[in-house]
Amino acid sequence: METFAFYFLAISITILFTITVWSKNILNAMTALAAGMILISGLFFILRADFLGVVQLIVYVGAVMALYAFGMMFFDATGTVKEKNRPNFTVLLLGVLTAVLLVGIFTAPTLINGVPSFYPEMAGATNPQAVGLVLFTKYLVPFEVAAIMLLVAMIAGIILAGKKMDNSISRMSEEELKAQLEKDSK
Amino acid sequence: MIGLGHYLILASILFAIGLVGVIRRKNLLMLFFATEIMLNAANVAFAAISSYHNDLTGQMFAFFIVAVAASEVAVGLGLLILLYKKYGSLDLDDYTMLKG
Repeated sequence: METFAFYFLAISITILFTITVWSKNILNAMTALAAGMILISGLFFILRADFLGVVQLIVYVGAVMALYAFGMMFFDATGTVKEKNRPNFTVLLLGVLTAVLLVGIFTAPTLINGVPSFYPEMAGATNPQAVGLVLFTKYLVPFEVAAIMLLVAMIAGIILAGKKMDNSISRMSEEELKAQLEKDSK
Repeated sequence: MIGLGHYLILASILFAIGLVGVIRRKNLLMLFFATEIMLNAANVAFAAISSYHNDLTGQMFAFFIVAVAASEVAVGLGLLILLYKKYGSLDLDDYTMLKG
């Protein structure tokens, strides 16, 4: 059963993310990305990382994708994206680097055999309980730093997106837009 | 029974897909999507190693990655909205004014 679930999730996620990367339409790409993120939380549940799966669902699908969806209001997302691609040396270099990285990823499990685990799963504690115990004792300082980072990001997002929110370019007439552009360029 | 290698192979495939997206796409919003895919691939690898190594540290790192991704989206989307308001395009080829 676990095997079937893993292969089903793995193949679906790969297909959905490939659609995200190759799609010419922003809305299609966003929908495929959201679906792929939901399925990734399924992988976390198989791995017995219950709390991480719930966080994945709430933060990624609930917050991040909703933010993108609202961001769509500001962009022209209905048409297809026109891009011109040309192969160059950078792509080759990055390909080689990726190959090196993959070798590193596959050899990493052979290295962790002798490493003692710092915070093993506690007996009798469910996954969210164990996560809470470790997060609020050993990782309290990074947790607080992450909280400050999120606060900074929230203020930055409000200030950046809310700037000149009172005069929207898309709702101006041509003359108003020209006057606004002249004023901005000064 | 699924081994750790399966999860790591899946994570690297997803990471490669995201990397191809970052290299290939010229639309800034699509670049953001590809970045999300790469962050998610890292999360899968962290959760898998955490589970098979019986150590919660990997899950902790995954949580902080989720926090970083959330703040990245908030700031990045704000910047994208400003850019789109100013220049009316999200294509990277339109933003070559820094070229000497």
